[in-house]
Amino acid sequence: MSTDATIMLRRNFKHTVRNPVTVFNAVLFPIVLLLMFVYVIGGAFDVGVKYVDYLTPGMIILTICYGLSGTAVAVNSDMTKGIINRFKVMDISRSAVLSAHVVETMLRSLVAIAAIIGVAFAMGFRPHASFPEWLGAIGLIAGVSFAASWLTVALGLAAKSPESAGMAAVPLILLPFLSSAIVPAATMAAGVRQFAEYQSFTPIIETLRGLLTGEPSASKAISAIAWCAGIALVGYLWSLATFKKRA
Amino acid sequence: MRAAIGVTGQFAAVDELLTGQENLQLMADLVRLSSGEANRVVTGLLERFDLTESAQKLASTYSGGMRRKLDLAMTLVGRPEIIFLDEPTAGLDPRSRRTMWDIIRQLVADGVTIFLTTQYLDEADRLADRIAVLDQGHLVAQGTPGELKRQIPGSYVRLRFGGDLEADSAMRLLTGSTRDDEDDLIVRVPGDGGAKSVRALLNQLDDHSIEVEEFSVHTPDLDDVFLTLTGHASTKENAR
Repeated sequence: MSTDATIMLRRNFKHTVRNPVTVFNAVLFPIVLLLMFVYVIGGAFDVGVKYVDYLTPGMIILTICYGLSGTAVAVNSDMTKGIINRFKVMDISRSAVLSAHVVETMLRSLVAIAAIIGVAFAMGFRPHASFPEWLGAIGLIAGVSFAASWLTVALGLAAKSPESAGMAAVPLILLPFLSSAIVPAATMAAGVRQFAEYQSFTPIIETLRGLLTGEPSASKAISAIAWCAGIALVGYLWSLATFKKRA
Repeated sequence: MRAAIGVTGQFAAVDELLTGQENLQLMADLVRLSSGEANRVVTGLLERFDLTESAQKLASTYSGGMRRKLDLAMTLVGRPEIIFLDEPTAGLDPRSRRTMWDIIRQLVADGVTIFLTTQYLDEADRLADRIAVLDQGHLVAQGTPGELKRQIPGSYVRLRFGGDLEADSAMRLLTGSTRDDEDDLIVRVPGDGGAKSVRALLNQLDDHSIEVEEFSVHTPDLDDVFLTLTGHASTKENAR
């Protein structure tokens, strides 16, 4: 039995596979970045452990963020290109349109993350996570993806055009760079360092890093989960409010 | 209630990243047709709207006319009994417009009630059983095309003269004649435009040696009705 949401999800999948830009940004670009950081730039960094082991958890989160601009554009196109007017008069569950975008974004990130972990393994990434820690890592990745997707759907709804929707997602791509994703926050200049230490992505990335290296930290995990829940809630409520106004 | 109503807006609400067939299939899924019935309906609509050849192409590659047709076809998947068509032929070339008219007439013949808005009054005249004229959001007249046309002065003969002198003489000779607003050399004479009355009119001018350069018979159309009723440009709506 197909529901409105699964019908919409199938539609979104077709859109994604037909849009090479989205696939490139979401899947290939993070891999290019990983290769560059490890083989080109990373040789100059001293982070105390093998760099690919340090970087991979950060790259996993960055991969989630790189997939978002495609979602913002797709959500906005639905609103501005008229198709939403058809869905509106057809008695279709309104949330189905939005939740299909969230589910599609999450599945797309999971594929991209599987790819980046595969490449990282090939480059010498050796996590020391136990089975429950892997489960925790996957749960955290899903949570971050869920939260970021809802926030992105809201950004896409709030933007005036598909172009500005793509731009609206750019801060979400930049934020992980200003966290401990690439290098430890402690090495950064004053000001940037404080920002990196307190922004949402640092506890999330540190928790993921802890889980994958087999040294999870409970306090960071609580902070990470709280950030995810908060961002998801804000994104969800903002999405619904904007959707009601626009559609 | 919603299932009985279909809306097709002025801007085609099609999914540009899906093919024509996938767009129709999406609608069939959303109204929960069984897969056998969905196949039948989708194939039937593609044929009826002459889109079979382009069915596997993305809607983004379609021309304006094809998009409108796909748009209306998508609305028809749910078999609505009432359809609101918002300017279905705006921006279409003459051939596509005629195709759209044929489709609309066919729908009406099948028993569908259509509310159609348009800026083209000849379109309303051709398609509508009943017309409502809207001006600045207010209803200013409604009725059948015939009823509306009877509300304004009837047909007249337009006579064009070579110079002011002839035009002035003709004005004095012909009772009820008026000058055209746009051209001083044109005189309008009320009359039914029949062959007999036109011949009598021309003979009368001939007897007085007033030379007519050209003449034409003007019968009132809905444009005249609209201009008379409103005095300025606006939108109109008609329903059948």
